[in-house]
Amino acid sequence: MATVTSHRPSPTVSGTPGGTRKRNKAMSYNWLGGGLSWVWLFVVMLPIYWIVITSFKTQANYFITNPLAPPSELTFENYKTVIESDIVRYFINSVIVTVGAVIPAVAVSFMAAYAIVRGSNSRILRGMNWVFLMGLAIPLQAVIIPVYLIIIRLQMYDTLAAIILPSIAFAIPLSVLVLSNFIRDVPKELFESMRMDGASEWGTMWRLAFPLTRPALVTVTIYNGLGIWNGFLLPLVLTQSPDQRTVPLALATFSGQFGVNVPAIAASVTLTTLPIVLLYAIGRRQLLSGLTAGFSK
Amino acid sequence: MTTIAPPVVRTKEPSRSSGGRSGSVLWMALPAFVWFVIFGIVPLLGVLALSFTTWNGIGEIQPSGLDSWKATLTDPGLPHALWVTFLIMALSWAVQTPMSILIGVFLATSKRYREFLAVLFFIPLLLSSAAIAITYKALLDPNFGLGTGLGIELLNQDWLGNSTLAMATLIFIVSWQFIPFHSLIYQGAVRQIPTSMYEASQIDGAGRVRQFFSITLPQLKYTIITSSTLMVVGSLTFFDLIYVLTAGGPGDATRALALLMYQQGFQANLMGPASAIAVILVLVGLGLSLLLRRLGGRGDESQLEGA
Repeated sequence: MATVTSHRPSPTVSGTPGGTRKRNKAMSYNWLGGGLSWVWLFVVMLPIYWIVITSFKTQANYFITNPLAPPSELTFENYKTVIESDIVRYFINSVIVTVGAVIPAVAVSFMAAYAIVRGSNSRILRGMNWVFLMGLAIPLQAVIIPVYLIIIRLQMYDTLAAIILPSIAFAIPLSVLVLSNFIRDVPKELFESMRMDGASEWGTMWRLAFPLTRPALVTVTIYNGLGIWNGFLLPLVLTQSPDQRTVPLALATFSGQFGVNVPAIAASVTLTTLPIVLLYAIGRRQLLSGLTAGFSK
Repeated sequence: MTTIAPPVVRTKEPSRSSGGRSGSVLWMALPAFVWFVIFGIVPLLGVLALSFTTWNGIGEIQPSGLDSWKATLTDPGLPHALWVTFLIMALSWAVQTPMSILIGVFLATSKRYREFLAVLFFIPLLLSSAAIAITYKALLDPNFGLGTGLGIELLNQDWLGNSTLAMATLIFIVSWQFIPFHSLIYQGAVRQIPTSMYEASQIDGAGRVRQFFSITLPQLKYTIITSSTLMVVGSLTFFDLIYVLTAGGPGDATRALALLMYQQGFQANLMGPASAIAVILVLVGLGLSLLLRRLGGRGDESQLEGA
């Protein structure tokens, strides 16, 4: 098992199916773990199944049929209700916030990570790295009041930029940590030969470090993107008008607004989650392997 | 991001031999650093400063000495919120850890279904806490919810209307949301345990249970600490879920520290006391991270012992 002894699992290894695992040949089936896994899969999937089928039920149908039975007749009425409630606007807001925060966050984190690895002789850079490491322990909740104050003073309250600016900052520490760990794995000789060829640090960063860190960049992008897309506290505190609502905040509002119209609530959850599930289906392998490589050490 | 990742991930000792001319790369770190200082470090100092002031969130900020701290520390809501936070932390850890390890071990060894299970297990992590909260609110409806669907009368409880049940429901939903994630972490870690260790013990006649306790569990030590730190420190910051699910209720049964801070600051407009609560939140978080790191005994030592 060459993969086991390697110092750091390459990100693709842990995600590939059918590793050379033979230890169970002589062993009995792991009934406890197996049973638990399947039961938990049922527990995990049940609410998801329920929310999807409910979103296609008419309101009258919802109250008389078994909650877990599929709808007797499909209706798209609930989706219409949700779309008429401006969901598209909230969706666009969320896209703007997520893209607007993730791209700058990953870009500056990548540059900082490169600098921290390449300039490890510098006391200043070591100090900065220390600040980022400490930053991992700062919960967003704890600093939300001063962030609110800063945003008011910048006259940005109730804008999407108010959500974007702090989101970038809070994505930086973990991104720098993950990316610098990856850049450190680039063989020193490659940097040397780039230097011999007269490449600048800027050029080396883009032409050498960037392509070699691409899996980590994708992981960090997805991870931060998911966090910002689902973020609730910043939009709640830093915006006010319905125009600036992001999806999670809009969902919470719908839940009050639609009241007993549970199928419409279900449709709002389904509709806003679907694009994320589709993106996940596309980038799944990358994300899973990146996360397991990042945490399972 | 609702969880804060703790600094447990190892950083390697920087190598001195590299020829990086620090002057030429220093500026590259500046944008990230300045940004993080403005929106991370300055607010951290700011929250401490604000805890010695009186401010309603809109008007002038007035210095008021220890008033906010006195108000906060004498408020019976604070020890209650600390207790609720502790309960959520301890119970969700106690439920999630054993289950995640067992599922993780299974996922790591059963290759046939592993891929399939891993794909579906990730779905709860894609949903926002707001979406999860409103889904469960509807699903747990005593009249039209799950109990009726499964035909189990026992499940037709007023889950969110009774203090004990509301706490239990909260723990369950947290587990629903995060057990899959921690299982995947454990799966990755179990797959890094050398097969030779199992082969050797098998020759010695060790059974599965014996192997689990004398090989798997010790080898997972650092992963358990990483995963526990994520759970424990993350549980301090559960806000969205509680805010949407119960808003701290019934009464104050699920009013954890982060929610208390929000309600004091942004609903009662008492930013001073809210800042004091935020300072307590930071201190508890830092204390727990340091404690867990010490528990792990991992400084810069290698994690590959025995591997």
